[in-house]
Parts: sequence; structure tokens; C-alpha cells
Amino acid sequence: MTGQVPHAWLNELGIPPWVWSPLSVSLHAAFEATIVVALVGSALGFLLAKGRFPGRDVIETVLSLPMALPPTVVGWYLLTRMGGPGPIRDAEVRLFGHPLNFTFNGIVIAQIIESFPYCLRFSRTAIAGVDPRFEQAARAMGLSGWRTALIVTLPLARRGLAAGVAMAFGRALGDFGATMIVAGSVPMATTMPIALYNAVFYGSHEQAMVLALVQLAVAFAILLGVSRLGKVRAW
Amino acid sequence: MTPALELAVARQIGEFQLDVALRVESGMSVLFGPSGAGKSLTLALIAGLIRPDAGTIAINGQVVTDCARRTYVTTQERRIGMVFQDGLLLPHRSALDNVALAVRQASGRRARRALARSWLERVGAEGFADRPPGSLSGGQRQRVALARGLAGDPALVLLDEPLSALDSAVRRELRTLIRGVIISSGVPAVLVTHDAEEAEELGDVIIAYNHGRVTGTRIVERTVCSEPPPGAPQSNGPV
Repeated sequence: MTGQVPHAWLNELGIPPWVWSPLSVSLHAAFEATIVVALVGSALGFLLAKGRFPGRDVIETVLSLPMALPPTVVGWYLLTRMGGPGPIRDAEVRLFGHPLNFTFNGIVIAQIIESFPYCLRFSRTAIAGVDPRFEQAARAMGLSGWRTALIVTLPLARRGLAAGVAMAFGRALGDFGATMIVAGSVPMATTMPIALYNAVFYGSHEQAMVLALVQLAVAFAILLGVSRLGKVRAW
Repeated sequence: MTPALELAVARQIGEFQLDVALRVESGMSVLFGPSGAGKSLTLALIAGLIRPDAGTIAINGQVVTDCARRTYVTTQERRIGMVFQDGLLLPHRSALDNVALAVRQASGRRARRALARSWLERVGAEGFADRPPGSLSGGQRQRVALARGLAGDPALVLLDEPLSALDSAVRRELRTLIRGVIISSGVPAVLVTHDAEEAEELGDVIIAYNHGRVTGTRIVERTVCSEPPPGAPQSNGPV
């Protein structure tokens, strides 16, 4: 998959390919990464918030490491694990027919790793912050553990969960270091931050300004969305 | 006759030691005593929200906790209804949904909501069935909480200081309602309060608590009323 979508209408609008191509790759990759991160991150956040098991703090710390590590370090590990000989590369070849380095799917994986801790931390905090007495009341109403989670805990934590997903999307969209190392700037697998880097590197300051402005607008929209989520009333 | 509730439990929390034995028959039993006497802790043990260190609890003849045999029936399987001090209605659901979620004896959303609506009518809350709990007054919320506590066909209802957060006029009004609805439903109830007047007005039996012990039990003498209390079906006659 290259992340390419029909762009005839974008051309007609006068949006040049050097904007829409990296923008579509970025949005497409970030969207796919965010779906995975939202599902797995929220589930693990629930487990870490509610579970009492040995090694819980260690698991959370390990999964949060990409937050503290330079993205280039994450990228280097991905490059050597995904690209070097070994079981991970063998699995990539079995599943996709080729190694994932320098491909669109490689970008998605890099973005999953980079954005996962944001969703995990936000969801764990949101779920842990739900007043446990509501869950006790639900159990007294005869609701099973699953129904209590679905009907009580997750809806009451929804703002934090949504904010975590939005932050993860923003982080995936803005990733540069890990994506650059894993995917480089292969045509049709070039994200917005990498396109901006290329524009600066080759002295195309006008292009760089436009690409920066587009990313600024997208980041503004995400943060505005997050802040509005915080104000959404239950009713 | 099988008692509605029979328990003999001990539980240590920090320096506080609860050590009580109770037997509750039909009607309304009131656990009365000062704050920190262990009344609410007893309710939490009955509900299965906390495990005792030792002892047994049987609801309607079914052993739900037996520490010696390591028997612990989960809260959701105990067939209890609970009414909390501040209602604890789910804020993201309507009053009707809150009650309908507690209905266990009917299958299908429509049947559950119909039953829930009938309970809201019995507590005089049908007028705000579709409103969110956040828009209700304290008294209205407790009416809905009472309907929710009874809607699941419980073997026992537990009420943990349900009136303590309300002003005195609403308390008086709801006392009459709570007693009327619970007595007419025929579901045995255990209510916790530290208010002597409330204990007298609501209880058939008053069980006095102090320092984690039962210090006395008294049956409340009641005169027969000529009018049934609010919530009582007319066919049941005077209570």
C-alpha cells in the first residue's frame, strides 16, 4: 500500500502534488496507526488501570519508553529489527511479501510505536479517574464486569479516552525521526514532516512555508478538537 | 421462616474492629448509631463490595459469604438492590435508563424499560424519566435511586443513609415515600442512619450500633393507619 488516493479533484482545486501527496500519506498513515493505537492502547490502559498483577509498572514503563526516547532511537531499533535478518523480518516477508522498511506500512508501524504511549497514558489515567463507587453501584444492579466496563467505566472516561486518541493521532501525524529512519523519503511514502525537511534541505523555502502552514493548521485543528472534547457535556 | 438476612462477620480496618451478628426478617430494619460505628461497612459486607476477615452471610437462605469455606458470591449475583447516600445515578444515562439497567427479571429492552417506567411511577418520578440525573434535585435523584434499588426484583434492599444529603422538608417527604414503597413491595430492607427520628419513623426493627458492635435491638410499635402510605397499592389495605 502506498497511501496514494485519487487526487484529480485536488489538482482541480489548485492544490499542488507536493502538498497533497505528503499530506495524504501523512493523514492515511496516521489514521491507520491511530485505529490500532486506539483499540490496543485503550484496552491496555483499562488493564493497567484496573488490573492488579505483578510487573504492572514495568509493563507500563516499557510501553511508554518511546515518549522519553529520541524518535531516531526508536527508528533505529525498528530499522534494525524490521530490516535485519531475523524472525521479525521473516514474519514481514510471510505477511506482506517483502520487508517493511522504506514502505508505507513501515511508516504506519513507526507511527504506532511513537504514538502508542500517549493513548496508553491518557486512557489509563482517564479510566483510573472514574469514581469506583459508580462501578460498585453497577455491580449492585447486577451488571457483569464486562457490562460495567462498557456501560459505566468507558463512557465515564470517554473524554480522557478521546483526548488520548486525538493526541496519538497528532503525534503520529507529526512524527519525523522514526519515520525518516524507517521509510526515508521514498516517493509515495513521504510524510508531511519529511516533505518539509526535504524542502528546507533543497532550499525550496516557499514550499517549506506552505508545508509548515498546512501542518500548523492540522495541529491547530487537533488541539482545538481536544479542548472541545474536554468541554463536551454528557447531555 | 427463612430470614431475609443472617450474618455473623468480623472485619478489621486499621484500628477499627467490626464484629457483628444480625438476623433480619421481613419489613424495614434500621442500623442506627453514630458515624464510624460500622453501619455502612456492614452494608458493604452484605453487598459483597468488601470481604469480611471471618464469618458468614446468608441472604434469603442462600449463603453468599462463608470465609471458612472460601465462598464469595459476587455482588452482581447476590440479588440485592442498593440505594446510596448520593444516589450514584449514572450521569450519562437518563433516569429511566438508570432504572432499566437494574431490571434483571425481564428480557428485551422494551420490557425492561416498561418495568422501569412502572417503578418510576411508583416513586412519583415518572415526570422526569427522560431527564439526566444532573438536572434533577437531590430529592428527585433519590426517588430514582429508590426505583433503581427495587427494580431488579431483589431479595434484599440496602439503603445507605439515603436521606442524609437532603434538606429537612424533603427528608420528611421521602421518609414516608421510602417506607410506603418498600413495605408495599414486600422486599425486606436494611437502612443505615444516624438520625434517631428517621430510625423511629422508618424502622420496624432498630438495631443499635456503637464501636463496631451491636448494642441493642428494638421492635418499633406502630399504630395502624387509616390511610395507606404513598406508593402502597390500595388492595394491600392499611399498613
